Amino acid sequence: MDFFFIITSLLKIVGILFVVILPMVSYAVYAERRVSAFIQDRLGPNRVGPAGLFQPIADMFKLLLKEDFTPRAANTFYYWLAPCLAVMPAIITIAVVPFGSTLFGVPMVIADVNVGILFVFAIASLGVYGIVIGGWASNSKYPFLGGIRSSAQMLSYELSLGLAVVPVFMVVGNLRLTSVVLYQIGHGWFIAPFVGDWMNPWKWLLAVPMLISFFVFMIAVFAETNRLPFDLPEAEQELAGGYNTEYSSMKFALYFLGEYAAMITGSAVIVTLFFGGWHFPGIPDGSHGWIFGLINIAVFFTKVAAVIFVFMWVRWTLPRFRYDQLMRLGWLFFFEIALVNIFLVAAILPYSSRL
Amino acid sequence: MSPFLFWIFALMTLIFGAGVVINRNPVASALSLVVSFLGLAALFMSLDAFFVGIIQVLVYAGAVMVLFLFIIMLLNLQTEERRRINGLAAAGGIGVALILLVQICFVIGHFQAARQTFPPLARSTTDDVWNIGALLFSNYNLPFQIIGVLVLVATIGVVLLSKRQPR
Amino acid sequence: MAVTVPRPRLNWRERLYLPAIVAGLAITFKHFKNMLLGRTKVTMQYPEQKWDSSLPDHYRGAPALVRDEDGRVRCVACQLCEFICPPRAIKIISGEIPSADRFAKVEKFPEAFDIDMIRCIFCGMCEEVCPEQAIFLRKDYAITGFTRADMVHHKEKLLEIGGVMHGVVLKWNEKK
Repeated sequence: MDFFFIITSLLKIVGILFVVILPMVSYAVYAERRVSAFIQDRLGPNRVGPAGLFQPIADMFKLLLKEDFTPRAANTFYYWLAPCLAVMPAIITIAVVPFGSTLFGVPMVIADVNVGILFVFAIASLGVYGIVIGGWASNSKYPFLGGIRSSAQMLSYELSLGLAVVPVFMVVGNLRLTSVVLYQIGHGWFIAPFVGDWMNPWKWLLAVPMLISFFVFMIAVFAETNRLPFDLPEAEQELAGGYNTEYSSMKFALYFLGEYAAMITGSAVIVTLFFGGWHFPGIPDGSHGWIFGLINIAVFFTKVAAVIFVFMWVRWTLPRFRYDQLMRLGWLFFFEIALVNIFLVAAILPYSSRL
Repeated sequence: MSPFLFWIFALMTLIFGAGVVINRNPVASALSLVVSFLGLAALFMSLDAFFVGIIQVLVYAGAVMVLFLFIIMLLNLQTEERRRINGLAAAGGIGVALILLVQICFVIGHFQAARQTFPPLARSTTDDVWNIGALLFSNYNLPFQIIGVLVLVATIGVVLLSKRQPR
Repeated sequence: MAVTVPRPRLNWRERLYLPAIVAGLAITFKHFKNMLLGRTKVTMQYPEQKWDSSLPDHYRGAPALVRDEDGRVRCVACQLCEFICPPRAIKIISGEIPSADRFAKVEKFPEAFDIDMIRCIFCGMCEEVCPEQAIFLRKDYAITGFTRADMVHHKEKLLEIGGVMHGVVLKWNEKK
């Protein structure tokens, strides 16, 4: 049994990492370029392969073949360490996210720990080190400013990030991400409670603070992943590229990989918490046959892709915040909203469970 | 958890803990402390105390040390790296550490309970997050509330102190 | 002098910024959707689609030498274009036409006629100055080469681009 567990876990890790996440990361870069082009009435990369679909491979070869340059004044060890630190947390986080129901009786989550969401936050908060150390070790002023900005920004938005999901766990009564999904299967998605006892008016009332919580969480994830309205650490116009200015070749690519991997895990967490994870109304779970298990996984990653599209859509619509605006928004607006939201849910919760 | 993993994480905690003191570069010291915290968190998790372990990472490694790094980087402590090691002070420090070690060994040696091997812990059946929450809001509710007020007062104090004076 | 730009006073709805953000998102999504449905006109896909057919008559592409209807190179190696060329891209070595030739009256012909296409700025002055109407700017614009030497158009290449030009100059013909 133990041996079986180890083998299936390894298969899940390898499968999810090399078959899903890494290709998804590289195609997220491609999708970003295509989406941005479409929004700006351009075509985007469409040369390599059909509709430019082999562009990520070409990009990878280009980046691998570029000169890997280390500035002389840089602190070499930390300079090399930083890009790895930027990628690692984003990929580790996916371990606790349930990406499917069951496949041949094996639950489709790598580690179903009872502190699921806290694990996500803890590991995501380590993501800042990659940027801060990268900025510091480059020994150059623009990367340094980027690193400093990023550390302050991430700390500020981690608060709203944490507080925004408290309502979800107040309703579910458990920090385990799988139980969040199971709850949503029974009672409908938090954003759109159509399944289960959807005639219950209190349930719909509960959807209002859930919506607020969803928006605050989403915006905090924007800030945590340094996506555009909050991409001050890499503001090209001010910092000449921010923390990755001195990086070249594959180390530079690793930073990009990290950013997109963080985006994917962020989307996966959003989908799990608010959009019912792998659940889709009318599709049974994996215990009814392996084909449904596969469909569940496909549903999950389709939802993730949809959320990633929203990320890109927002990025190519909104301009960047000024730094003081960013801080004020985080501390004086989202923080308070998330706090009040918790009280709102606490007020509604007793009634919604009574009916 | 296998003793093998225990030794890995215990050594990781100790080595990087020593690294905090030995490193001349303040940033390197801070980062060693982060790794040391991670090892400690792993040790907590090996005792099925997932909540404590994760909070260790979330609060110390994720937030407090980032603030530390933030400050250290802003200060730009170049002189620290160039200073030569004072042999006498180093010898004194090592001496004090050794004396402390001997003392701890002595105390533990005379403490009866510490010399017995503990029976292996039973696999926990309840949720540790649930347990901590229940305890905090029942038995320790008053201290918990008091700490809450205390932290709130500290926060308000910081906001007041750091507020810009109106000219 | 410092000018203080008055900030617009926003009412509470504008200060929420949400309507503006939603409107912005709607605009970008409209563009995305139109592009997806193929309603947006996009730039020409260059190597597959070319704009050759829509080039204007006065388009100034690669300079080229022309032959007349008798197959003679029209250029008489007067070197006016060499002198007028602003970037000095043209180099002519003139040769003499033997007296037995049908066109002995012309006296000179270009033994070598090189145009360095790295230097050429497509200004059209050579065409303007040519008394013989022997050099013209054609519509070729994709001029490429792997080396600098490749980019020098020799006489053969120039004649190949130029082709045959009929009419206009008749003075070198035998008197009727």
